[in-house]
Amino acid sequence: MSDVFLNGKFVGEVKEPEKFVQKIRENRRNGVLPNEINVSYHEERDEVYISTEKGRARRPLIVVENGKPKLTKEHLEKLQKGEIRWSDLVKEGVIEYLDADEEENCYIAINENELTKEHTHLEISPLVILGSQAAMIPYAEHNLSVRILIGAKVIKQSLGIYAANFLLRMDTDSSILHYPQRPIVKTKIYDTINYDSHPAAQNIVVAIMSFEGYNMEDAIIMNKASIERGLYRSTYYRPYKTEELRYSGGQVDKIKIPEKDIKGYRTEEAYRYLEEDGIIYPEAEVKAGDVLIGKTSPPRFLTSLEEFKVGLESRRETSVPVRHGEKGIVESVILTESEEGNRFVKVKVRDLRVPELGDKFANRHGQKGVVGLIVPQEDMPFSASGVIPDIIFSPHSIPSRMTVGHLIELIGGKVGALGGKYIDGTAWSGQDEFELRKQLKQLGFREDGSETLYDGATGKKYKARIFIGEMYYSKLRHMVANKIHARSRGPVQLLTRQPTEGRSKEGGLRLGEMEKDCFVAHGASLLLKERFDSDKTVVPICKKCGLVAIYNKYRDKGRCPVCGEDAPIVFIEMSYAFKLLLDELKSLCIYPKLIVRFK
Amino acid sequence: MNLKIISELDRISEEKKLTKEQKEKVIEELRKRIEEAKLQPGEAIGVISAQSIGEPGTQMTMKTKHFAGVTEMNVTLGLPRLIEIFDARRTPSTPTMTIYLNQKYANNESIVRKIASRILEIKLEDIVNEVSIDLVNLRIEVEINTKKVKMYGVKKDEVLESLKKVLKKHNVSIREKKIIIKPSKKVDVRELYRLRSKIREIHIRGIPGISQVLPVQKGNEWIIKTAGSNLKEVIKMEEVDYTRTITNDIHEVQRVLGIEAARNAIINEALSTLKEQGLDVDIRHIMLIADTMTNTGVIKGISRYGITGEKLSVLARASFEVPLKHLFDASCHLEIDDLRSVVENVMINQPVPIGTGILKLVVKPEK
Repeated sequence: MSDVFLNGKFVGEVKEPEKFVQKIRENRRNGVLPNEINVSYHEERDEVYISTEKGRARRPLIVVENGKPKLTKEHLEKLQKGEIRWSDLVKEGVIEYLDADEEENCYIAINENELTKEHTHLEISPLVILGSQAAMIPYAEHNLSVRILIGAKVIKQSLGIYAANFLLRMDTDSSILHYPQRPIVKTKIYDTINYDSHPAAQNIVVAIMSFEGYNMEDAIIMNKASIERGLYRSTYYRPYKTEELRYSGGQVDKIKIPEKDIKGYRTEEAYRYLEEDGIIYPEAEVKAGDVLIGKTSPPRFLTSLEEFKVGLESRRETSVPVRHGEKGIVESVILTESEEGNRFVKVKVRDLRVPELGDKFANRHGQKGVVGLIVPQEDMPFSASGVIPDIIFSPHSIPSRMTVGHLIELIGGKVGALGGKYIDGTAWSGQDEFELRKQLKQLGFREDGSETLYDGATGKKYKARIFIGEMYYSKLRHMVANKIHARSRGPVQLLTRQPTEGRSKEGGLRLGEMEKDCFVAHGASLLLKERFDSDKTVVPICKKCGLVAIYNKYRDKGRCPVCGEDAPIVFIEMSYAFKLLLDELKSLCIYPKLIVRFK
Repeated sequence: MNLKIISELDRISEEKKLTKEQKEKVIEELRKRIEEAKLQPGEAIGVISAQSIGEPGTQMTMKTKHFAGVTEMNVTLGLPRLIEIFDARRTPSTPTMTIYLNQKYANNESIVRKIASRILEIKLEDIVNEVSIDLVNLRIEVEINTKKVKMYGVKKDEVLESLKKVLKKHNVSIREKKIIIKPSKKVDVRELYRLRSKIREIHIRGIPGISQVLPVQKGNEWIIKTAGSNLKEVIKMEEVDYTRTITNDIHEVQRVLGIEAARNAIINEALSTLKEQGLDVDIRHIMLIADTMTNTGVIKGISRYGITGEKLSVLARASFEVPLKHLFDASCHLEIDDLRSVVENVMINQPVPIGTGILKLVVKPEK
């Protein structure tokens, strides 16, 4: 007897589990049982699992009986004529959905010609081995699996038109590519996901060669004229928001232009774009620090002192400024109500992003890189017919990664661009490489895709023939403009007086523990001290008790909390963090006495 | 100059027939080279050593087990072994010995195998089917496995003898295939259980602690690799070449051969672990570590219980693991930190006394 579990719960036993499972399957195909049922028999544990729950990943397969698929030509003809639909096939039991558990009981053929009597199912297409992202890679069967993985990861980061209503949306960190194009070399999946209506990259001319060494280490070189023609231009959107909050005690935030006598008032210049309602107007050109929404808030704590203060203006400034290091043009202003019914303002700022040094680009084969140089068109290499590449890609990126699909796409793209047609590069069933080569030859080019190029600066012919073609390249969302950061002076933390951390807070770049070790190893003792000077302070120390004392500058006298008035005082230079440590020790009832002497 | 250099110089000058002048020139050049190779005062050798071992250490595979030879003998290697050495663990996770034999025996495989079988420790549990408790008669019965006895070449008398030796207080008798142990006094069952586990561990033959032996051919001689280590007993055997026989248990080396030998053992073990991983670290870095680990006469690991915990500076100790403990202890003992080392000076933002910071300007301020 084998145990039977329904959705993980024990429900009973059966004598002949295999027959039992078979019966359920038959009934499911006949339509007696709903097709959402999945059943599996685990021989080694002698248990039958029946699942009807939600949340299982299931996939469709063609049912095979006696080595013959149930899907026949008639079905296909009817499908094409539109007489039947997919759901009819499922109802008929020609196609069924399996979950991961039931798959363990099945023997699935990938191609029809390898079907044997043992097979239970047939894959609809070998393409379904790949996921929706990996299936977008043309000629993926020629690439290493790692590169496919990277390629699939990178496709997701491409800029395109992510939603048709992007103008109304308020997504954080979103971009729109200005002139997206349909790919010349595509796969079948592009049609099924309706990719042509929202493409996310551009077809460009790529030459594989080195150029002045500026495409080392995966960098790419771009044609300046191409950029000026609008290649890979994108718009970056950042929404800002604020809400008129209500506080206990009946006090409220106020969206308006802050008065001058308010706590934390910025410069008058910062508020210059605000209209009477305290909100900026659309199409205002703003830069970092400019206030988008003026707002004041009631004081945080009502201290007894402030209560008696004359006038009410102890309010704080809580305006929303443009982020540090960013700029743009106000795209839209939205006034609405929040869930609690408070006044709620959102301002979207747009910024034009023209490709620049350091922007990240990638193709679909996991070959991603950063712009290393932007070359004026007149200095770029050109072919006999006058074609100038948009991107120069380094040949060193190819041998070790073995992305052969990348090279075939280049040839395919070239054939497509010259012949004026789209090329199918679906994995395992795409257009044959040799067929493409033949077509390229017919078009009057060398069949291996290489061409003689000329140096743009000297006009001399390059000795080597350069592999050049068309391919689909995308701009990725990682742009330097969002990442570049450096600081010399800037804000410090309140507690430790050390520089703040992170780009958004204009933070310092940490010289860490291991970097410190390097300074020590080099014997650069004084340089190390200078590097760690960021929080240095001069502390008055009582000579008698060795604790931090108080210096009265007005009377030029020291006072020690332990030794009393007129204590002998020395000034010691130390890091503020160490002074904090001393305080901490005191709070632990440890007496950290500083013994002061001349070194 | 080093004696070795002098003798080498003599040999070469004779070989090349150098004149006195030429020889002097060579000596002069040598002196210059030695002077150049010397470290300058204030060089941060500790940090440089740490970085020189630490950087290649990051490339080491986290968990590597190396199988020496065909049979299932594994030795901890790679990073775990390196940590083990520098932490000065009491016992290595896989203690092994490499036993070299005297020239007389080393070339003959069958003799080597015989010696190996004598080294292998055999406990009672290795040659019995079962050690059972007879609850009715309150005694222990040992059923001997004849196959195993034959395999190990142990005689029954031998077994009986060693049993009697250990269990002097009890009555040991043999009855057919079984050895019966009857406690002399009346004992309860719990004690009987205790006795049983003791009986299982009784040493019959071989060298205690050595659980596996593996004769291996190395060059044209046979050596014995073991799992388990007992240097003291092994080098007592007359067949063993005690000048070359080694163990990977550093503490054992220290106990048997002394601290200088332990220092060398640390150097050799660390270096061979690194070399096995294909990393090339200069021996001087490891020598420095081995020296600091052993210079007090006992082995001290680089850990909070070893040399790091014995730093002079309170602040330096507190900055490395369990700060509160060190701070409280220091305040109880009225410790004074003279701020003579690196870490504490970094903490208070003073120049570290190394490199350019080692120089001081001595000025007596006028009062």
